[in-house]
Amino acid sequence: MNRYPLWKYLLILTVLILGAVYATPNFFGESPAVQVSLAKSNGKLDTGLLAQVESSLKDGGIVYQAAKLDASGVKVRFADTDTQIKAKDVLTGKLGRDYVVALNLVSRSPEWLRSVGALPMYLGLDLRGGVHFLLQVDMKAAIDKAAERYVGDLRTLMREKRIAYLGVVRDGQSVQVKFKAADELAKAQAEIQKNFPDLTLKESDNGGEKLLTATLGLQAQKRIQEFALKQNIQTLHNRVNELGVAEPIIQQQGVDRVVVQLPGVQDTAKAKEILGRTATLEIRMVDEEKADAATLQNAAKGQVPFGDELYTERNGIPVLVKKNVVLTGDYITDAGPGLDQQSGGSVVHVNFDGRGARIFKQVTRENVGKRMAILLVEKGQAEVITAPVIREEIGGGRVQISGMANVQEATDVALLLRAGALAAPMDIIEERTVGPSMGEENIRRGVHSTLWGFAAIAVMMALYYLVFGTISVLALGFNLLLLVAVLSLLQATLTLPGLAAIALALGMAIDANVLINERIREEVRNGSTPQASITAGYERAFGTILDSNVTTLIAGLALFMFGTGPVKGFAVVHVLGILTSMFSAILVSRALVNLFYGYRRKIDKLVIG
Amino acid sequence: MELFRIKKDIPFMSYGRLTTTISLVTFLFAIFFLATKGLALGVDFTGGTVMEVNYPQTADIGKIRSAVDSIGLSDATVQNFGTSRDVLIRLPVKKGVTSAKLSEDVLGALKKDDASVEIRRVEFVGPQVGQELYENGALALLLVSIGIMAYLALRFEWRFAVSAIIANMHDVVIILGFFAFFQWEFNLTVLAAVLAVLGYSVNESVVVFDRVRENFRKMRKASVHEVIDNAITRTMSRTIITHAMTQTMVLSMLFFGGEVLHNFALALTIGILFGIYSSVLVASPIVMWLGISREDLIKPEKKEDPAEVLS
Repeated sequence: MNRYPLWKYLLILTVLILGAVYATPNFFGESPAVQVSLAKSNGKLDTGLLAQVESSLKDGGIVYQAAKLDASGVKVRFADTDTQIKAKDVLTGKLGRDYVVALNLVSRSPEWLRSVGALPMYLGLDLRGGVHFLLQVDMKAAIDKAAERYVGDLRTLMREKRIAYLGVVRDGQSVQVKFKAADELAKAQAEIQKNFPDLTLKESDNGGEKLLTATLGLQAQKRIQEFALKQNIQTLHNRVNELGVAEPIIQQQGVDRVVVQLPGVQDTAKAKEILGRTATLEIRMVDEEKADAATLQNAAKGQVPFGDELYTERNGIPVLVKKNVVLTGDYITDAGPGLDQQSGGSVVHVNFDGRGARIFKQVTRENVGKRMAILLVEKGQAEVITAPVIREEIGGGRVQISGMANVQEATDVALLLRAGALAAPMDIIEERTVGPSMGEENIRRGVHSTLWGFAAIAVMMALYYLVFGTISVLALGFNLLLLVAVLSLLQATLTLPGLAAIALALGMAIDANVLINERIREEVRNGSTPQASITAGYERAFGTILDSNVTTLIAGLALFMFGTGPVKGFAVVHVLGILTSMFSAILVSRALVNLFYGYRRKIDKLVIG
Repeated sequence: MELFRIKKDIPFMSYGRLTTTISLVTFLFAIFFLATKGLALGVDFTGGTVMEVNYPQTADIGKIRSAVDSIGLSDATVQNFGTSRDVLIRLPVKKGVTSAKLSEDVLGALKKDDASVEIRRVEFVGPQVGQELYENGALALLLVSIGIMAYLALRFEWRFAVSAIIANMHDVVIILGFFAFFQWEFNLTVLAAVLAVLGYSVNESVVVFDRVRENFRKMRKASVHEVIDNAITRTMSRTIITHAMTQTMVLSMLFFGGEVLHNFALALTIGILFGIYSSVLVASPIVMWLGISREDLIKPEKKEDPAEVLS
């Protein structure tokens, strides 16, 4: 009766082999590597890139261990980190801006393991080092910005339709249009409704003026918010690519949050600055008619002429700039730092797309001899970088912006312009940074806790329950192997609390075997035969094991659902550990007991201590 | 080797009044400390910034202190963390400052004194996020309790469910009481430990209850009192061995797991020790007082004892 049918042994053997295969990649360690991937999605990854990478490295005299092309890009392995960093510099120089060159770690496990999808466990940021940000998108600002856009749109519409209006202003998140006559208002109302169906219109009378208040419908607000979030995620992607990070994670969380995880990033200050900046470029005209000293002095006291804004140029001279934006950074296709041929100062070269180039050409043609202001808008604060005089019509969409303080600023501004603007400002509301040395230490601590604990339990179990104890330990080892294999297979993120959960899972899983062994002892004491004691021990313990595991599972699942960060990492492993322990503690240990005792004709005594 | 060969049943239930009184007193103490001292909530729940920095030589706390003061963060706390070379700096939430920038400012100030300082970790949690994590944690605790009660009510009987949850909430409150008394930092990792204890400690009650149910079937003439005493005595050995094993693992974490796992392991240690006590000596008397009887567990139409069918 203490014999399993063949299929059960085969099942356990298969699980053992699979477990071993999927757990092994974790023991090979990792090599420093450089990963080359595409900066933009429209490029193509092919063997040409691989060849280019290899020849660039050869030209640079850099020895590499292996170069491989996969779905995410080309990965090149090196013997040490010095070569890795050298290689990164060489490749960054050679490949240009279409590619992201990032430092990474690649598993040293053999090819055949990778081909069956056996990868090492996916380590969380607290184990490999890196930065985690939670960003909150300012949705109110996104709607304000949309309302601001409608101000311009409505103004243009009424000019086109030749409707006489007194003014258009933004009032919070709505737009007010003022009219003198009621019939003009009615005409405008019809036109607005036709052209901007998203707007809800309301009439009111304010003494001598007729007011038309346009507000955004809820549907439209929701759409704007969704768009803002998507746009921000896209922009973050672009910016992260500029930073050169292997395997970044940028995900939406909830309605208005974005998670950014950058493994292995060392310079967190830089990362934070680049991610958090909301800079965009605006080109507006300087109000030449009001450039006289008296107006400027009045403006400095707060009497800014209507339709203008007062700024101070970098050289300290105040300047009045029209509110109307000629061109924004949205039309920029590329930007790069450079040096001015004549003056030698730092400049940024900007390329506009077709539409931007056309607008720019037209504006420069119409305004020869006038001054144009180039503003950098950051977190709602605009700064006039430079306000040059337009000497001639500028076609072709290539513009050079001078006035940069130094090369570093030119590089930063170019990066920001290139990566695009954020649709709405974002604030970092959570940050977790773990230095690389801390990550390694955390791995060591977690692994040591598990191994020493396991060793101690093994000794105690073997001493206390002898043969049955040894079998329990083997089953527990099987559990550990299986848990590691499942975690590797699922590629669930392993964190330090996750490592603690592995240790705890082992400490708690042994309960099942203790229950079984105690039951068997009890049966022996009650005078059952050895074989009957084994059977009864396992059968009776089963119900208890099931009940206690289900309650633990309930706790684990609740942790998983409501946990965040470390709690979630703990919960994943905890739940998986309960499942694997059910298999190993009951099925595997029974199979071993059966193999050991089940085929003997006569047993004098069970060696159970 | 067999350490616990107990011939006669130990009359645990006669001590019921004593053991539950001890529990009640500990419980009230825990509540008292929670109320007066409160939990030393970590940055996860309160919001704020924690920075761990490392120096190649012994860190000069006084100097770091004044460096932090110099950038106007006088409400920061600076202390050693683990070794004399590691320093932990805590900065409370500051209104109006883009808090993520705070850590950069601090690092800048420290670098001015000693450029060899290395950042080990930074945790910044906005006050709003802290509030959410706090609420989610409380919600998880509530859901775990409800889930476990429902399962026990289904598998056993409502009296078991109620007494198990009372016993286990008592464990949780006592862990929290310890954390309040010693002012150990309570963070998300500790919360995970507390919830794990809840699941683990219920295990304990389940094992005893399982025996009680079985005994009701087998010991047909015995009183409820004797049935429970026998169940506890019989599971005694298993209880002690299992807990010794789990505790061994937790001790290993306490010794090798470093500072991050330290409080996690502490919470588990308290949970395991009180878990044994409460599930055996608190849950069982409560079940008895709630008036459990043979008929509650064994329905007349229920099929024969599986143990008899087997063998």
